[in-house]
Amino acid sequence: MSQTESYNEDVVRQFVVATMFWGIVGFLAGVYIAMQLAWPVFNLDLEWFSFGRLRPLHTSAVIFAFGGNALLGTSFYVVQRTCRASLFGGSGLAQFVFWGYQLFIVMAALGYVLGVTQGHEYAEPEWFVDIWLTVVWVAYLVAFMGTIVRRKEPHIYVANWFYLAFIVTVAVLHVVHSLSVPVSFLGAKSYSLFAGVQDALTQWWYGHNAVGFFLTAGFLGLMYYFIPKQVDRPIYSYRLSVVHFWSLIFLYIWAGPHHLLHTALPDWAQTLGVTFSIMLWMPSWGGMINGLMTISGAWDKLRTDPVLRFMVAGIGFYGMSTFEGPLMSIKAVNALSHYTDWTIGHVHSGTLGWVGFITFGAIYFLVPRLWGRDSLYSEKLVGTHFWVSTIGIVFYIVAMWVSGIMQGLMWKAYDSLGFLQYSFAETVDAMHPFYVIRMLGGLLYLIGALIMVYNLWRTVRGDVLRPVAAAA
Amino acid sequence: MDIQELATTLRSFWGLWLMLLFVGIVVWTFWPSQARKREMSDHANIPFREE
Amino acid sequence: MKFSNAPFEKNVLLLLIGTLITISIGGIVEIVPLYTIESTIEKVEGVRPYSPLELAGRNIYIREGCYVCHSQQIRSFRDEVERYGHYSLAAESMYDHPFQWGSKRTGPDLARVGGKYSNEWHVAHLIDPRAVVPESIMPGYSFLAERPLGYEDIAAHLEALRITGVPYSDDMIANARADLEAQDDPDADTDGLLARYPKVVIGDFDDDRGPLSEMDALVAYLQMLGTLVDFTRYGTQDLQQ
Repeated sequence: MSQTESYNEDVVRQFVVATMFWGIVGFLAGVYIAMQLAWPVFNLDLEWFSFGRLRPLHTSAVIFAFGGNALLGTSFYVVQRTCRASLFGGSGLAQFVFWGYQLFIVMAALGYVLGVTQGHEYAEPEWFVDIWLTVVWVAYLVAFMGTIVRRKEPHIYVANWFYLAFIVTVAVLHVVHSLSVPVSFLGAKSYSLFAGVQDALTQWWYGHNAVGFFLTAGFLGLMYYFIPKQVDRPIYSYRLSVVHFWSLIFLYIWAGPHHLLHTALPDWAQTLGVTFSIMLWMPSWGGMINGLMTISGAWDKLRTDPVLRFMVAGIGFYGMSTFEGPLMSIKAVNALSHYTDWTIGHVHSGTLGWVGFITFGAIYFLVPRLWGRDSLYSEKLVGTHFWVSTIGIVFYIVAMWVSGIMQGLMWKAYDSLGFLQYSFAETVDAMHPFYVIRMLGGLLYLIGALIMVYNLWRTVRGDVLRPVAAAA
Repeated sequence: MDIQELATTLRSFWGLWLMLLFVGIVVWTFWPSQARKREMSDHANIPFREE
Repeated sequence: MKFSNAPFEKNVLLLLIGTLITISIGGIVEIVPLYTIESTIEKVEGVRPYSPLELAGRNIYIREGCYVCHSQQIRSFRDEVERYGHYSLAAESMYDHPFQWGSKRTGPDLARVGGKYSNEWHVAHLIDPRAVVPESIMPGYSFLAERPLGYEDIAAHLEALRITGVPYSDDMIANARADLEAQDDPDADTDGLLARYPKVVIGDFDDDRGPLSEMDALVAYLQMLGTLVDFTRYGTQDLQQ
C-alpha cells in the first residue's frame, strides 16, 4: 500500500483523545484518594465519595481506561503500518471496538461509585460488564488479527507479537477469572465461582498478569515500534527481541503467588512463584537493554528531543521496577514489604514511570502525524511536562519507600519487655507526612498531564510556538 | 552410583544448570552470523517501510 | 542445531497458538493442583457457611470496598500472631466467594476481629471512626445505620452460593429469611438458627430495636470473623498443608 489515506486513522485519533481524557480522570481520582488518606475528611462521609469505592475507580481509570485506550489506539496504528494493510473489518468494526470499550469503562466506573462490585482487586466489574467486555475484546482480536492476515509484509513485526500476546492473554485471564454465578438475571450481584485459597491464587494469577500482559507486554509492543521511529534507527537486536518475547510470556504467568507469600497458600506454590519472579528479572532487563541500546550512537538526541527523553526515562523506570519486583518477591523482603506502602510505591514507579512515560512519548509522536501538523505546538512545554512529572514520581516513590519500610518496621518492633512497641493506630499516625508528600507528587504528575493536554490541543489547532529569538 | 543418586546429585546444582541455560540463550542471541544479520536487519527495518 | 522463530513470524495462527500454549503452562501447573491436592485445605472443625445475616453483612463489606484497606489474612510471624491472633488457615476462607484476604493494611487485619470489641464499639466506630480512634483515617459510614437492609432475595443468594459449592442445605435456604431476622432479635426463637449455624452471634447489633439496618448486618459479619475454629484443639502438626 502506497497511499497513507487508506490506513484507518480516524479510530486512532479517537483513541488518542480518549487516552488523554481518561488519563486526566484517573490521575485526578488518584490525587483525590491520596488526599483522603492524608485528610480523611475528604471522604465526606458520603458513600459515593468514600475511599473504598473511589480507589477501584482510580485503578481502573488509569489501568484500563488510560492504559487500555493507549494500547488499543497504538496497536491499531502500529499493526496497519507494519503490515502495510488497512484495518480489518473496516470503519464499522473499529468504531464498535472504540465505542464498545468506552461503554465498558463507563459501566464499570458507574458501578464502582454505586457500590456494584465483585470484590476482586483490579477486576471489580460485575458479571454483565464482564460479558460485555468479552464481546468487545473478541471484536478487537478479530480486527487486529485480521489485519495481520491481510498484511503485505511477509514477516510479522515484533511489536505485533507483543500486542497479540497482550490481547489473547488478557482474554484468557479475564474469562477464567470472571467466572461467577449471578444471583438473578435481572440483578447486578454475582458470586465468584472460586473460593478462599483457590480464589486467591486465581486472583493473583489474573492480577499479576494484568501487570505482565496489560501493563508490560502491551506497552513493550508500543516500545518496539515508537522507540525506533522516534530515534530513526532500527531496534538494537532483533534476535534479542525474539528471546525477550518468548521468555517474558513464559515466565510471567508463574509469578502470581508472590502476592501471597507467608499466607495460607501451600508452600510449594509460594516457592514456585518466588523462583519464577526472580528469573523474570532477566527477560525484563533483556527488553530494557534492547530498548536503550537502540538509542546508542544517537544519545545526543536525548538532549534535543524531549519526546525521546520521555520514552527513555520510561524504559529506565521499567528497568528499575522490574529489578525492585523480583527483590520484593524474595520471602525475607516480602515479610517486611507486604501489606505496606512499599508495594504501592513499586506499582507507581512502574505505572507512572514506565506505562505513563512511554505512553506520553508515543502520543507526542502520534498527534502531529495524525492531525497532519509539521510539529508539536511547543517542544519546550514537552520538556516542562517531563520535569514536572519526573519530580512528581520521585516525590511519590520516595514517600512510599519511607512510609512503607517505616510502617513495616513499626509493626514488627518490640519494646525491652518483649511487648509489641506500637499500636496499629500509632503506625497510621506516623504515615501522615508521607501521605501528604505522596499527594503532592501525584498532583505534580497531574499538572504535567494537563500541560500535555494544552500542548496537544494547540498542536491540533495548528498553532506553533516559535522561540522569540528565532522569530527575530 | 545408580541413576537415582545421579539425579539427586545433579539436582543439587540446579543453580548452575539454570545459569548455563541462561548463558546459552545469551550466546544464541548475540552469535554473529552474516546471513542472519541480513535477515534480521531486514525485519528490524519494517517500521521504516510504511509511508 | 537449528532453532528458528521463522514459522511464528510468518503465520499469525501459529503465533497465536504458540502464545496460548506458552502462557498456559504456568497457570495449569500452579492452579490445577490446588483443586486436586487434598492437603491444600487443612481438615479442621468449625468452619461453616455464613448465616444469612452474616452473608448480607459480608456483601456490604465487599460493596464498600473494605478489602481495599483491610486484610483478612494473618501471616505466620510472631508479631502478627501477637497482634491479631492465630495465623490464618486456608480452611477458614473456604466458603469465601470471593476471598477477602486483601493486599494492603492501611487499616489493621480483620481476620479475627470477631468478639474483640463490643457491638456498641463497632457501631460508634463505623459512624465516626475518629470519635473512637483519633488517629484513624477510615471513612465514616453513618449512612449504614439509617439504611434498611434489603434482604427479600436472601434465599436466592444462598442458592447461587450453593451452585458454586457452598454446602447450604434445603433447610437453610427455606429458612433463610426467618434466620436472618431471628439473628438480630434477642427475643426470637433461635434454636433452629443455632442448629443450622453453630456459634452464630445473636443480638440487636445496632441496639436500636428498630428495623434491620445495613449496620446490623455488617456488625454481625465483623463479630463472627475468625471465631469459628477452636485453636485450643489443634497443634502445628494438625495444620500441615
